[in-house]
Amino acid sequence: MLWASTRNRLTRHKVFCWGILLLASSQFGSVARLCLLIGAVSLSGCAASGPDLDPHNGIYDPNEAANRKVHNFNRGLDRTLVRPASKGYTSVLPDEVEDSIGNFATNLGTPSVGINSLLQGDMQGVGLSATRFLLNSTLGLFGLIDVASEFGVDEHDTNFGETLHVWGATEGPYVELPFLGPSTQRDVAGKVVDLFTNPLSYALDSPESYYSPAASIGSGLGTRGRYADTIDSVLYDSADSYAQARLIYMQNRRFELGQEDQSAEIDPFELDTQGF
Amino acid sequence: MMKRRDFTLALGAAALIGPQSAVALTESSAERLISNLVGDINRVIASGKSEKGMFREFERIFGNYSDTSYIAAYAMGVDARRASTSQKRAFSKAFQTYVARKYGSRFREFIGGRLEVTGVKKVKKWFEVSTVAYLKGQSPFEVTFQVSNRSGKDLFFNMFIEGINLLLTERTEIGALLDRNGGDIDKMIAALKASA
Repeated sequence: MLWASTRNRLTRHKVFCWGILLLASSQFGSVARLCLLIGAVSLSGCAASGPDLDPHNGIYDPNEAANRKVHNFNRGLDRTLVRPASKGYTSVLPDEVEDSIGNFATNLGTPSVGINSLLQGDMQGVGLSATRFLLNSTLGLFGLIDVASEFGVDEHDTNFGETLHVWGATEGPYVELPFLGPSTQRDVAGKVVDLFTNPLSYALDSPESYYSPAASIGSGLGTRGRYADTIDSVLYDSADSYAQARLIYMQNRRFELGQEDQSAEIDPFELDTQGF
Repeated sequence: MMKRRDFTLALGAAALIGPQSAVALTESSAERLISNLVGDINRVIASGKSEKGMFREFERIFGNYSDTSYIAAYAMGVDARRASTSQKRAFSKAFQTYVARKYGSRFREFIGGRLEVTGVKKVKKWFEVSTVAYLKGQSPFEVTFQVSNRSGKDLFFNMFIEGINLLLTERTEIGALLDRNGGDIDKMIAALKASA
């Protein structure tokens, strides 16, 4: 990892603040945006204290009661609105159209991936996302076709939550967000900042500026429809859907960020299996 | 990294030898087990059987290739200490059906896709076999199996899909099912049977 050692802590923070200033001055003129950014970043708790991880699942969730209320809200929302809408969406649209909408949304998000890769010092990621954006926006007809993948330029995905991780911010407590679902404090801050890291949102006027959110909603419905069985089984078939969604999110997120997970402790030779 | 030709060869060899034969766990025997498993899963997916038929096949595959007693014991966690032998046996049986059904229905999404073995590495006393799943309309993703010979046979005892760990996921599920039934093991087993 780029700035992993604690010896570089000071430098890391300097780079971190410098990065924020650079972002703020080059892209966002207004003071209000700068305040929002700084607020979001301090929310992520650059120097959050070492949390008390639950020894059973390795998760820090001090706001479980509030999170469970949000979870129930999200589940109700899914049952009454998102799930039926996604069923309609996937049954009405042919797979090819769904794929195109997904590709279009992904392509519009690619500049943000490039900027975050740059902020992480990941030059390969910068190259990949620049190449993908250029290929797919031109040969791929404004991003509708993912020609880059066909040329072997693999999809690269990252966000400001990962940038904060690379800069040394700790994960913080687990959070379940209304509408958006499982997250961590660090990823919430990342999401807020990512509202501003996409240069396209500054370059486009309306109505083009609405293409991206509209495509994201379509793409989200497509995903909900495509993985219907898997998502249904977590939300509706598990004994405790909150605990299950939390565990699945945290394991997958730590995997994406390349962090060591709890299961490193599992040793198959250290358990009494007599009788099973 | 394993070349495709070697993979095919390994698959052929594994089909001749079968999963039970290896005594000493080695890099190649761990890899052979998973190649074999992947071959079996791919065959079931391609067979076009009914959903029920597929679940039966997956249950058989799960029984043949995985360390079922370890996975069941892990899923029950500390509560296993107060379980009687007959409760453990009943749980183990219900759990196998439940897992086959749960993961079998996941593999249904694999129709038209495939799993490929990409590598193997030693971790402490066991091996980790990496595979990549290629599904239609999706970026390829990683599925990792952990293989040990704890039971005297080479068997997988854990599986990760993009970092999501079967053992932890199932321990959470069984724990929640126990809580929901007021900690009563018999009621939990009955609920598990009803869900499978």
